[in-house]
Amino acid sequence: MHIKKMRLGWLRQAYIKDWLIQAGVIVGLLLVLTYLVSMLSSNLQAKNIVSGFDFLTKPASFGIGEGVYDFEAGSPYWQAFAAGLANTLRVALLAIVLSAVLGLALGFGRLSKNILLRGLCISYVEIFRNIPLLLQFLAWYFLLTTLLPAEAWQFLGHCYLSKSGLSFPIPIGLSLTWDFPSRNPFNIAGGARLTPEFLTVLFGLTLYTAAYLAENIRAGLESVPHGQVEAGAALGLTHQQILRHILFPQALRVIIPPATNQFSGLIKSSSLAITVGYPDLVSIANTSLILTGHAAECIFLIIITYLLLSLLLSVIMNWLNRKFQIVER
Amino acid sequence: MRRNDCFFVSTNIFSTGFCSLRKIVRWMLVASMLTSMPVLAGKTLDGIKARGVISCGVSTGLAGFSAMDSKGEWHGLDVDICKALAAATLGDARKVKWVPLGSQQRFPALQSGEIDVLSHNTTWTLSRDASFGIHFTSIVYHDGQGFMVAKKTGISAVHQLSHADICVQSGTTSEKTLNDYFRAQKMKFRPVVFENFEASLKAFFSGRCQAYTTDASSLAAILQRETRNPGDYLVLAEVISKEPMSPAVRRGDDEWFAIVKWVVNALIVAEEEQLTQANLDTQKEHGNAVVQGLLGNADDIGKLLGLDRAWAYRAIQAVGNYGDIFERNLGSGSPLKLSRGANRLWTHGGLIYAPPIR
Amino acid sequence: MNNAVIPSAFTNWLRVNLFADKASILITLLFCVASAYCLPAVLDWLLFKAVFRADAEACRVAQGACWGVVTEKYRVILFGRYPYQEQWRPMLVVGILLLSIIVSCRRFADYSRLALAWLLVMLFCFVLLRGGFAGLALVESSRWGGLPLTLLLTIGSIAGAFPLAILLAFGRSSQLPVIRALSTLYIELIRSIPLVSMLFLAAFIFPLLLPSRYSMDVFIRVLLGITFFLAAYLAEVLRGGLQSIPAGQLEAAASLGLRPWQVRWHIILPQALRATLPSLINSFISIFKETSLVTVVGLYELTGALTLSLSGDPNWRPFYLEGYLFIAAIYWCGCFALSRHSQQWLNKT
Repeated sequence: MHIKKMRLGWLRQAYIKDWLIQAGVIVGLLLVLTYLVSMLSSNLQAKNIVSGFDFLTKPASFGIGEGVYDFEAGSPYWQAFAAGLANTLRVALLAIVLSAVLGLALGFGRLSKNILLRGLCISYVEIFRNIPLLLQFLAWYFLLTTLLPAEAWQFLGHCYLSKSGLSFPIPIGLSLTWDFPSRNPFNIAGGARLTPEFLTVLFGLTLYTAAYLAENIRAGLESVPHGQVEAGAALGLTHQQILRHILFPQALRVIIPPATNQFSGLIKSSSLAITVGYPDLVSIANTSLILTGHAAECIFLIIITYLLLSLLLSVIMNWLNRKFQIVER
Repeated sequence: MRRNDCFFVSTNIFSTGFCSLRKIVRWMLVASMLTSMPVLAGKTLDGIKARGVISCGVSTGLAGFSAMDSKGEWHGLDVDICKALAAATLGDARKVKWVPLGSQQRFPALQSGEIDVLSHNTTWTLSRDASFGIHFTSIVYHDGQGFMVAKKTGISAVHQLSHADICVQSGTTSEKTLNDYFRAQKMKFRPVVFENFEASLKAFFSGRCQAYTTDASSLAAILQRETRNPGDYLVLAEVISKEPMSPAVRRGDDEWFAIVKWVVNALIVAEEEQLTQANLDTQKEHGNAVVQGLLGNADDIGKLLGLDRAWAYRAIQAVGNYGDIFERNLGSGSPLKLSRGANRLWTHGGLIYAPPIR
Repeated sequence: MNNAVIPSAFTNWLRVNLFADKASILITLLFCVASAYCLPAVLDWLLFKAVFRADAEACRVAQGACWGVVTEKYRVILFGRYPYQEQWRPMLVVGILLLSIIVSCRRFADYSRLALAWLLVMLFCFVLLRGGFAGLALVESSRWGGLPLTLLLTIGSIAGAFPLAILLAFGRSSQLPVIRALSTLYIELIRSIPLVSMLFLAAFIFPLLLPSRYSMDVFIRVLLGITFFLAAYLAEVLRGGLQSIPAGQLEAAASLGLRPWQVRWHIILPQALRATLPSLINSFISIFKETSLVTVVGLYELTGALTLSLSGDPNWRPFYLEGYLFIAAIYWCGCFALSRHSQQWLNKT
């Protein structure tokens, strides 16, 4: 029996040791979690703080100044969160598109033959990458609120630009009637409006992310061997054709993975909107947290939402990535 | 007793785990003693005495209530309440640790034990009282919500604010009251909401909003302190709410709750009896029965609160009576020049009233 | 002979870089026009018509920038609410920290001794700022602010996150399924949430996780929050480094009789650190920039200290932009220097 044990000894030992370690980690983690949860609940109980998600169906006491749809005070909290999420998505999606366009322009600019354009693009990237986004937000917001005219400036017929933002006509529903903005005693009413807060977040996210994207796009374009471009030219392809059929499809493979990171960073960074008064998800959650005292629940909602958003983004980008991947035959 | 818990050998793996875990946590806490301070939740007063200092949560800077001067000294009505507390409990009005808090951090700071008392220009409401794990003690200032506008907008009454952009700080009662009021009046407005006082004020002064709303006393302070030319702005005469300001303490310590409540009451009774810092010593010997009782010359009322005989004497000596505090920080002795209004004594037609101290 | 070569080289350079083709010529011309238009205005604003004295009245009438706001307020911007007479302490702390950063950039190879040195430096800075001994006045961490706070949060979180990140990186590439899954879960969870939510956790939830007899300083809580956040990012970077090490080395080490942890500590880690240094520095730059967020939970680092110094002062409130530019310049210098350093490292290896 002793000999038998010896023979299988080290295999079995390593095997058992592995499982013991893992079991230990799980038990340790469970202990820590139980401890934290019990501490949390006993602390909440001792302080008479009611926990649970019931508050989501109760009426919220605050209104939201802008959004895809009007959120009025008195509607339930979950609608406030939905409106906040809609605001986050609205600004993030627009910023993703705009930053991709600007990043593309800058990426090509960095490879220009003209040294001035190259220098301009490099300085843009170096300046915007090396300053905190929060500071850029604050600076843009200060500039917008200071420089926009107090007396609304009318242009293109029915568009207005003032300290309250940019107002322009929108069609009502699917009918052919339009909702035109008009002058009030002291500001602009009606129509659709992009507030300075929205514009700040949009500019800030776009300009910041574009600087990073430009670097990724440059690296992607440089990854395609120059010989291929020359070969394309030799075949008589135009500059546009070379771009579209040779350079871009190959560069995209290199660009998409880091660009996914940049876009996910952009969505996360939209949470900085709270510092310039744009009612995004985090800002709404923060207000709700203060008003209801349900700190754990509100933070949980933020975390879950961002988790889902990042999962969604990675699904989309993986699909794009697969589409452009080299198909091995 | 507590220590023994951990030497108890249990067959249950969970309970032994808990014990060792507790030990680890305790050691970690000891290691972080440099920065963290033990707070006794059940016995706030014992904790204060052990530390030798009251931890007092005040606002980050609101002229007249709590603001720090260039030398780092704090001044204001809320500040004086804490000084009176320190004088009553520790015998020295200077033994206060000031913890400046934003309106967002104030309740968590009190709940977590970071501060002993929240003297923060905070409105007493039912939901805060009932569900935040805190207790309000007694009203130290009766306020109401008002509006400030730039004169050049031509607005002179609240009803003209229909369709205006209004700057307000998020998570405050002002935000809620604003919404309720406009809904009741069937008026539309667009809230521009910021998570801190500085940002909302900055936006208003840049012209982003046509109006800024908060408590009337704060508006007076802002008009006086934060504008270059107070004549350019106007605080509308109407007030749309009642905002009773009260210090708050953590739930679960009735003794400390009573002390905070009665120190404030003592300051009010001191005004009723015209006790001032100047006449305190003569009144102690020659005052009427109420004064003798208050100052600990007759019965030892302090003992009932867990304090000594001279608790109220020291509090009044440190900051004066309620009227002195008001005039010094908000009234004629201050740049704000607020009239006492609703904050006169009840004997003068105001709302300031204290139960008898006897 | 010589005379002929130089101009031709110069014209050649001009031709290649400025006038290569029609598009290039057009860009060059556009540039000349634009700079003739904008450059004088920008320079006027920045320098020639700017006011450098701390004179709010002069600033108000000037057409240029008001750098006087920096002259007037730099002490508050740099050191926040730290007591005025004691500000030599944060000044000393900033000096020590900058010096230590420069030294560590030059002597990276000696990293185990560096780690120890950093621990001592951090402890010294912390104790010096806090005071309360040997005649130094006690300064609570709620009054710390400005540049030293930014630096302490950055360096402190990096120092704290590193060991955790190493564990997580090894965990994620471990053979053990449970450990791998848990590490992956942590890393991916943290990486998909914004730092703001982590700061909210630190501000609102951490206090509720302690026995109610204890309270933890908000500075320490925020530092912990950033540390947990950063660890996930560093772990992901390190994992890339772990994967780059050829399996043959591990087998060779194992056949020499080294225990698994010895292999990890002496063979894998040094190489992984070296290989990932540029990416690590990029993460450091990110967290340096992102510490500016702590202003949301009421800590007055550089950005918060600027708001603190200007918001309550109507005379200087119109000149936020100059203040923002001043802080931006500080951040920019730090980030640019670090990224240059990582670039040099990349070129060297």
